Formats: sequence, C-alpha cells, structure tokens
Amino acid sequence: MKVLVPVKRVIDYNVKPRVKMDGTGVDLANVKMSMNPFDEIAVEEAIRLKEKGVATEVVVVSIGPAKAQETCRTALAMGADRAILIQTPDDVGSTVEPLAVAKLLKAVADEEQPGLVILGKQAIDDDSNQTGQMLAALMGRPQGTFASKVEVSGDTVTVTREVDGGLETVALAIPAIVTTDLRLNEPRYASLPNIMKAKSKPLAAKTPADYGVDIAPRLETLKVSEPPKRSAGIKVADVDELVAKLKALGVAA
Amino acid sequence: MKTLVWVEHEGGALKDATLSAVTAAAKLGEVHLLVAGEGVGGVADAASKIAGVGKVHVADNAAYAHALPEAVAPLVVELMGHHDAFVAPATSNGKNIAPRVAALLDVMQVSDILSVEGDKTFTRPIYAGNAIATVKSNDAKLVITVRGTAFEKAAAEGGSGAVEAVSAAASGEGSKFVGAEISKSERPELTSAKVIVSGGRALASSENFHSVIEPLADKLGAAVGASRAAVDAGYVPNDYQVGQTGKIVAPEVYVAVGISGAIQHLAGMKDSKTIIAINKDEDAPIFQVADIGLVGDLFTIVPELTSKL
Ligand SMILES: Cc1cc2nc3c(=O)[nH]c(=O)nc-3n(C[C@H](O)[C@H](O)[C@H](O)COP(=O)(O)OP(=O)(O)OC[C@H]3O[C@@H](n4cnc5c(N)ncnc54)[C@H](O)[C@@H]3O)c2cc1C
Ligand SMILES: Nc1ncnc2c1ncn2[C@@H]1O[C@H](COP(=O)(O)O)[C@@H](O)[C@H]1O
Repeated sequence: MKVLVPVKRVIDYNVKPRVKMDGTGVDLANVKMSMNPFDEIAVEEAIRLKEKGVATEVVVVSIGPAKAQETCRTALAMGADRAILIQTPDDVGSTVEPLAVAKLLKAVADEEQPGLVILGKQAIDDDSNQTGQMLAALMGRPQGTFASKVEVSGDTVTVTREVDGGLETVALAIPAIVTTDLRLNEPRYASLPNIMKAKSKPLAAKTPADYGVDIAPRLETLKVSEPPKRSAGIKVADVDELVAKLKALGVAA
Repeated sequence: MKTLVWVEHEGGALKDATLSAVTAAAKLGEVHLLVAGEGVGGVADAASKIAGVGKVHVADNAAYAHALPEAVAPLVVELMGHHDAFVAPATSNGKNIAPRVAALLDVMQVSDILSVEGDKTFTRPIYAGNAIATVKSNDAKLVITVRGTAFEKAAAEGGSGAVEAVSAAASGEGSKFVGAEISKSERPELTSAKVIVSGGRALASSENFHSVIEPLADKLGAAVGASRAAVDAGYVPNDYQVGQTGKIVAPEVYVAVGISGAIQHLAGMKDSKTIIAINKDEDAPIFQVADIGLVGDLFTIVPELTSKL
C-alpha cells in the first residue's frame, strides 16, 4: 500500500506573524518558513507505517512556490521515498485555497492510487481545517479526521479521533483519508546523512495545468488587519490582593 | 437568503454551539435547521423553539446516529438544493462535516467566522488569530463554520418553527462508528463556562494538576482547561486543550496557572473578558495579555488562594 502525504510550506510556528501596513496580508518577507507542524506528524506516521511493513512507499506532495521544494526535501530527509512539487507562480498571493488543493490532490491520488492519504488537520497559516475533508468528499472515500491513533489491519484503518468531548473511534474502509492531530506521534529529526541522501531522492516538478485544475481563488481577501490589542494590566503583590480582585469581579463570594 | 443550520446535539439535548450558529445565520436571512440523528424527535421539538427559526428538517435514521460526515454530508447536499447557505458551528463535528459538504457543492468554505459583514462578506482569524481577514465569497452558495465565542447565543425559547421530516436515502458506506470515550465531568463545559482555570506544563504531574487546579476550580465554579504541554504530558485528556488547535474560549474570567502564553495558547483565550495569570517568571508572555498578574510559585500561591476563597 502506498501512502500519500501532502505537505505545506508555512510560516514557522515560533514566529509571531505581523500584518502588513497596507492591509493586504501578513508579512512573509525574510520570515523563517517550515513544514506545517501537522504535516510533519503526517510524514512521521507514514514512515512508521512503512517501517512496520504496512506501507510500501511514502510519496509526499506539496503545492506552492519553488521554495516549497525545501519542504519536500525535509520530508524526504525524514524518510519519504519521493516527492511531487506542484509549483504555483510566486505571485499567487500567499497560498492556494483548500478547495483547489483538494482537487489537485485528487488528481494525484487518481494517478498514484494510495491506500491512505494522511494530511495535517490544519495549516497554521490559513487555519482552514478543510483540505482533508474536501479531498475525502471529492474521492468519495471515508475520512478519519483529528487522528491521535491510526491502526491498519487488512483493508480497514481504525482511527482514534480527538473530539470536543474526548475521543472517538471509527473504522474506515481503505482507501481512506486521515488527518493528524498533535498527539498522533512525535516527528523525528532528519539526521545529517539522511539530509544528504534526500538530495538524490526523486522530486517530480509539475504545475496545476498538468492536472487540469483551475486554482483561481473563490474567496476574495478584502482586507487583513490586526486583531484588537490587549494591553498588559496590573500585577498584584500577594494572594490577598488577588482575592480582593476576584471578589470585585464577582466570581468569589 | 435561505440558510440551513446543522444542529449539534448530544444525549437528546441541543448543544449551545448551535445557538451561536443560529445567530450568525440569522444575519444572512431566513433560518432553517437540520436535525439529523437517531431518535431525535425531542431534539427537533427543542430546535423548533429556538427564537427566529423558520423550519426544522428532521432526518431520523440510524445512519445519522454518530454524525458521521460520510452519511450527513450527502443529506445536507440534497437539502442545499433549496437553501443558499449551509452554516455549522466550528466544533469538532461541524469541522468534520462542513468541508465535506463544501467540496460536494464545489464551494470554498469560510471557516470559523467572527462576524458577518455583508451578504457574502465575513471576518475570520488567520495565523493563530494574529491577523483578521475580511473575505468575500464569490461562490453561488455559501458554506460557513461559526466561532461560538464570537456570536451571542440565540434564545432557546420563543420560536415556533415547523417540523418537517426529510426522507433522504441514507448513504455513507465505508465508515463505521466503533466507540467513544467521552470525558464525564460535573463541571461546566469549557466552551460555555463563565470562569475557567487552566493549568500548564508547570503543574509537572497529573496528581499535581488534580490536587492544585481542581480545588481552585471548584471554589470558583469554573471549568478546567489546559495548555498543549499539559495535555501532551498526559496530565489531563485532550479535550481540555485551549488554543489555536484546541478549544476557543472567551469566559468572563480566565485564570492561567503555570502557562507561559505561547501564541498558540493565546489564540484560544485572548478574547476572555478578564485574564488572570499566575507564573513564577515575571517576563512570561502571558503577562502581556493578563489584566491581573501574580508573580510567584504556583504551588504556594494556588493552595493559599483556594483556602482564602
Ligand atoms: C502546531 C502547533 C499547535 C499548537 N497548538 C496549541 C494549542 O492549541 N494550545 C496550546 O496551549 N499550545 C499549543 N501549542 C504549543 C505551544 O506552542 C506551547 O508549546 C504550549 O502552549 C506551552 O505550554 P505551557 O505554557 O504549559 O508550557 P511552557 O511554555 O513550558 O510554560 C510553562 C510556564 O510555567 C511557568 N512555571 C514553571 N514552574 C512554575 C511554578 N512552580 N509556579 C509558577 N509558574 C511556573 C514557567 O515560567 C513557564 O512560563 C501548539 C504548538 C504547535 C507547534
Ligand atoms: N498547498 C498545500 N500543499 C500541500 N498540502 C497542503 C496544502 N494546503 C493544505 N495542505 C494539506 O491540507 C492540510 C490542511 O490544510 P488547511 O485545510 O488549509 O487547514 C495541511 O496540513 C496539509 O496536509
């Protein structure tokens, strides 16, 4: 069984994003970019499935500007077998929308016929939390979102999901779509020898046109602004002062 | 515009998140509801009483029992033949179902809206809430998820919607519900609590979390939350996590105990009315957003505070 893992290049999670003065977006010039953290978890899970002998090949795919190549290489260095970069022009705004990404991934899946597609639950830049569910719909396949445990047995994948009330488990017929949550695993760091080895792993360069997918956005961003700022308040000296404040707030008798 | 709001329910009762979604939908136009599930007559009756509701479509079928998106999405798509917008709360179930509907309708979903600015224009948070985007949809139909803390709850009483059974052929093969481990608690629910006490990595163990955080929460009648670090370390279950990728909360009072205030955590709680932080590091970022801060060791401060309340 092949496993397909979509990986997105996003702002590094340690960077505090700054809104551009002209209100057109977030300033990404000279900002550290990394693989979306949930996608690292997805790559790790796919590699573990391969190490367990469940998966035969791990293919990663990224949709983005030329620099998304780095994201592909990171995944290859972690242990993925090959990569596909569907390159978009650098001026496509920040990123391609989830619906168009899902359509491209559907086209890739039609070619590659993976048993599992493992995505991140959410890209930490657009915070959409849509792509995996959309891909599942377009493929007409079952979905196990927000996974904290994934077990493959025969032609079934059992997914434990992190939901509002706790945990839920679903059994899905393969091929299936899984999206990762934070507790699924702890992604490995790529070793230096593996980073070197990754340089010679295959990376296919494609364009959206190769798949006949229109990536024109459906949502128009009219404005991007800063959220209302909170300012630091006061510090109290001791517990008695804090008790007085809680009483004043009406939450303590 | 005719909207269709997906009604979230559990154990025969409506979930509060539905009421916020109704408020958002009402800003767009006429509000219709969809109650899908098994044995949901009571839920449908309750739903029909929500203020401002026009019609309640009820799909009572075992296939809809666990809100599996493979079954619910096609049902919604069928009803969208005569609705203009599909609205769901941005809960784990809503987020599971709505994008599946959107893709089937060939629509780009607008996730987690904070406000309705016009017929097809909304604001939504991006980059962990460090930026707010105003977006306009150019699709023929709308699919929206609604951030519960950003909209008042519609009144649960006062409406008189007409209840109508939907006879859709249930589908949804390929996915089977196996089971659930739902946390049981006497405490208020995180997303609707007036007061929340949250603990972080500093609690250092599950025992400490329970013996330090819970008595304070009990005194304040508060819900209990946690940072990702506390959840990852196994001090509390996953559903306690507050943040960008956990629950979004906005209580009257949020008490952060031994939490540093990473942007991912702030994203989930910085709309709280009053933020109180207890941290031994006076430079911890949490103090930049806290209205009231107390610098010191939580293991002495919190028990003393609890005893003095
Ligand atoms: C993709 C992604 C998603 C994430 N999503 C979330 C999310 O939804 N929610 C979330 O919370 N985090 C999230 N995080 C994690 C986030 O970046 C931080 O790592 C996390 O919030 C830190 O938790 P913490 O504040 O408990 O721990 P720390 O950052 O380790 O802070 C512990 C604090 O406790 C204080 N302290 C220590 N001992 C004491 C003591 N005895 N008394 C008083 N104070 C003490 C320290 O001064 C410190 O400030 C996410 C990260 C990633 C990469
Ligand atoms: N441009 C992209 N390239 C590759 N994968 C993507 C892209 N956009 C989204 N994804 C995948 O979809 C997941 C969810 O993204 P989103 O729906 O945008 O929050 C991500 O974690 C990725 O796995």
